[in-house]
Amino acid sequence: MRKLALSDEILLSVEKPARYIGGEVNSVVKDIEKDHIDIRFAMCFPDVYEIGMSHLGIQILYDMFNRMEGVWCERVYSPWPDLDKIMREKHIPLFGLESQEPVKDLDFLGITLQYEMCYTNVLQVLDLSGIPLLSKDRTWDDPIVLGGGPCTYNPEPLAPFFDIFYMGEGETRYEELIKLYREARKNGLSRLEFLRKAALIPGLYVPSLYDVTYNEDGTFQEMIPLYPEAPKTVVKEVVMDLDHVPYPDKPVVPFIQVTQDRVTLEIMRGCIRGCRFCQAGMIYRPVRERSLEFLKEKATAMLRSTGHEEITLSSLSSSDYTHLGELVNFLIDEFKSQGVNISLPSLRIDAFSLDVMSKVQDIRKSSVTFAPEAGTQRMRNVINKGLTTEDILNGSREAFSGGWNKVKLYFMLGLPTETEEDMVGIAELANEVAAVYYDTVPKEQRQGRCQITASSSFFIPKPFTGLQWARMYPKEEYARRAHIVKDAMNAQLNHKSLHYQYHETDVSVLEGVFARGDRRIADVILAAYRRGSLFDAWSEFYDDEKWQQSFKECGLDPDFYTMRERPIEEAFPWDFIDTGVTKAFLIREWQRAHEPVITPNCRQKCQGCGARRFGGGVCFEGQS
Amino acid sequence: MKVRVKFTKSGPVKFIGHLDVMRYFQKANRRAQIPVKYSEGFNPHQIMSFAAPLGLGDTSECEYMDMEVLSSGSSKEMIDRMNAVMVEGIRVISWKELPDKSQNAMAAMAAADYVLSFREGYAPEPWDAFVSGMQAFLSQPEIRIVKKSKKSEKEVDIRPLLYSWSFSDGQFFCQVAAGSLANLKPELLIEAYCQEKGLELSPFAVQVHRKELYADEGTDGVRKLVPLENVGKDIL
Repeated sequence: MRKLALSDEILLSVEKPARYIGGEVNSVVKDIEKDHIDIRFAMCFPDVYEIGMSHLGIQILYDMFNRMEGVWCERVYSPWPDLDKIMREKHIPLFGLESQEPVKDLDFLGITLQYEMCYTNVLQVLDLSGIPLLSKDRTWDDPIVLGGGPCTYNPEPLAPFFDIFYMGEGETRYEELIKLYREARKNGLSRLEFLRKAALIPGLYVPSLYDVTYNEDGTFQEMIPLYPEAPKTVVKEVVMDLDHVPYPDKPVVPFIQVTQDRVTLEIMRGCIRGCRFCQAGMIYRPVRERSLEFLKEKATAMLRSTGHEEITLSSLSSSDYTHLGELVNFLIDEFKSQGVNISLPSLRIDAFSLDVMSKVQDIRKSSVTFAPEAGTQRMRNVINKGLTTEDILNGSREAFSGGWNKVKLYFMLGLPTETEEDMVGIAELANEVAAVYYDTVPKEQRQGRCQITASSSFFIPKPFTGLQWARMYPKEEYARRAHIVKDAMNAQLNHKSLHYQYHETDVSVLEGVFARGDRRIADVILAAYRRGSLFDAWSEFYDDEKWQQSFKECGLDPDFYTMRERPIEEAFPWDFIDTGVTKAFLIREWQRAHEPVITPNCRQKCQGCGARRFGGGVCFEGQS
Repeated sequence: MKVRVKFTKSGPVKFIGHLDVMRYFQKANRRAQIPVKYSEGFNPHQIMSFAAPLGLGDTSECEYMDMEVLSSGSSKEMIDRMNAVMVEGIRVISWKELPDKSQNAMAAMAAADYVLSFREGYAPEPWDAFVSGMQAFLSQPEIRIVKKSKKSEKEVDIRPLLYSWSFSDGQFFCQVAAGSLANLKPELLIEAYCQEKGLELSPFAVQVHRKELYADEGTDGVRKLVPLENVGKDIL
C-alpha cells in the first residue's frame, strides 16, 4: 500500500481528505527502479482539487508525459486553507498525489495558469513546496518551474516567479525540453546554462534572460535580451493535426465529486467567430477540428475506462463543428441506452440544437442559454458579436414551443462606448424574450411564468484582443451601471418573469490589472501573498483591502493599468509574443469596433489575421 | 436477480466517504460492464443499496452492497470482472445470489464484529494495563454513558449492546449490536472506559476495523447470527 504524506490525524481533521490521497482510478503510479524513471514531473493546477481535476488540459498533458519513456508525471493542487495552515505549522512539504513525495525533490513543476485570480495560489504552491519564490534564488536543489495556459499570453506579472513559460499548446515541445534537461544534468551544466539552451527551443520563454525598460511616464518601453540565445519574439506553439497528438483514453476518475464529473471530448480548438473581447478566440487561432472517427473512438474508450455517466463536448463554439450532427447522433445512439447523459454546452440555439437537447435533457428542468453579451445591436457590433435580436427571439420562440420555459442570457457591462441606452437594452431584451413566451405559449399550456435570467459580468480587456486598448472603470462606476440595469429590469412590463444578477466589482478591476500588467506587478502579488492573500478566485477569501495596501507599499497605482485608454502607439509588455494573429489586424479590429462594423467570421471571408501562416486548419478548408 | 456483493476497504481509500463509495461503485459497475438494473424515469439510477455506512477513516473487510442485475455470470467470473477495475484497497471478495424475498442488507443487519486498535503513539496507557482495566470495566452488569443529542442529554446503558469481546496482540475485538433497532459504535466502549478511568484519549486514537456484519436468524429472542453473505448462494 502507498504510504500517505499526511498522518491519519491530519487527514481526519481537514475537509474532504480524499483531495490529498491520490490513488484514483486511472491515476498512474510508476516504479522508479523497474520503469527506469529519471524524470519526475509535477503538474499543478493552482486551485482546489475539485476545480483542478475538472480541467481537460492537465488530463491531456498528464497522459502525454506518462506515455514518455523514463518520465513519471503526477498531480498537485492547492491545499485548501484548512490544510494550508496545518502544513505551515508542522512544516510539511507539499507533495505529489501519486508518489506522496515532496514536489521539491522532483525535476519539473509545471503550473497551469487558467485565470488571473490564481496568482497568489502559485506562490502558495511554491512556498509550501519549499521552493524559493523567485527564479533567481533557485538552484539545482529545486525543480524547474514552468508556466503554461492562457494567462501566459501576458506572463510578465509572474515573470520573476517562473524559470520558463511555455507559450501555446503543450503537445509539441516537451520531448525536446526533457531531452535537453537530461543532457544538461548528465553534463553538469549550470542552471543558467540549461535555461539559456531552453530559450532556443521554439515556444519557450525564459524571463530571466531579459531586462525590461520603462518610459518616463511609466509605460512599458522594451524588453532587452541579455543573452544571445534569448529570441526577440517568441512564437506560440500550435498543433496542426489534432488527430495525431496524445489524447487520454483513460482520464483520472476522482473519488469525490468535482466540478466537471464527466468525460470531456475536445472536438476542436479555436473559434471562427472573432468576438473582439474574447482572448481565447484569438490566441487559439486557427480553428482546427478533430475528425469524427477520432472522436467516436475516444468517446467509446473514455466512457469504458472511467465508468462516467456523462459525456460533454468541449470547444469554444460547438455549433461550428462541421460534423456536430453526426457526432451527437452517434453519442445518442451508442450511449443513451446505457444511461449516459450527453451534455452540450456552447450550442447556438436553433431548430437543430433544440431537437438534440430535447433528446438528451429533461426539458422541464433545463434551460436554454444565449450569450448576446450586449443589450443593443450597436453594442453587439462594437464587440463583433454576430448574434442579432431576431436570432435570440426566434431561438426563444422555438424553445418555448418545444416546452422550455427557462432562458438564461449572458451580458457584459463596461464595454467601450457603452451608453445608458445599451445598459437599459439588456433589460429590454430580457423583457422581449419574456413577451415572446406569453405570445407563443397559450395560457392553458403554461406552467406558471417563464423564467428569464440575465447575468452580467464586467468587461475586462485582455491582451491579444481587438479591445486590448480599452479602459476599465472604477468599481463604483460598475456598481452604478449594474444598478441602471437592475432598475430597468424592474420597470419592464414582464418584470415578474425577469431575474438579474451581476458579478462582483472589485475582483474584476484587479483581474484587469493582472491581465494587462507588466513585470512590476509581480512585487504587488508577492506583497499581497505575504499579507495572506490566497484563493482570490473565491469570493469568501478575496480581501480587496490587502491588495490596496500592497499596491501602496509597492508604489504602484492600479489605475495606471486599467483606467487609461491606451494609445495605439503604446508598446505592450506582451508584444514580444507572436500568436500568429498580427497586431496590425488587432488595430484594425479596434478601429472597426469604433465605427462600429462587424467583421465576417473565418468561414465567411478570411480577414488575413495572420494565423494562416501556421499552415493548416480553417484557413485551408476546402483547399487541398 | 438480486445479488449481494462483499468487498474490503483498506489503506488510503479509508478516507473516501460513504456517498463517494456509492458513486465509486456506480462507475465501477459501468467499467466492469455489470448489467445492473436501472430505475425508471428521466434520470435512471442503478438499483443498489449498502448495508451500513463506514465511518471516515475506518477500514473494513466486510462491506456489503445489494444490487439488482439483469443477468450474472458465475460468482467467480463476476468477482474477477469487478476486481479488474478496482483501485488499491477495495477488493470484491464475494458475489452471491439472494433469495427473491430476502431483506436488503441494511434491514437484515443485526450485529457486527469490530477490531479496534490504537494508532501508533496514541495509546492512552500501556497495553497490559488497558487489557486488565478494560476487562474489568466491560464485565460490569451495566455501562452507563451520557448520550447527547441536539436537544437533550440522556443516560443509557450500552452493556446489553455488547455481545462478546476479547483481546490479542494490541487488538480489542468486540461483537456488538448493529442496525436500525439497536446500534453501538464500538469506539464508545473505549471512550467510556477512558472517561471512567480518567485517561486522556485523543479523538484520533482509535483505528476502527470492521470484520463482519450479521443477520439474526434466531427465534424467540435467541440470537443466531449469520454473516450477511451467507444469506445468499454462490452462482456456479
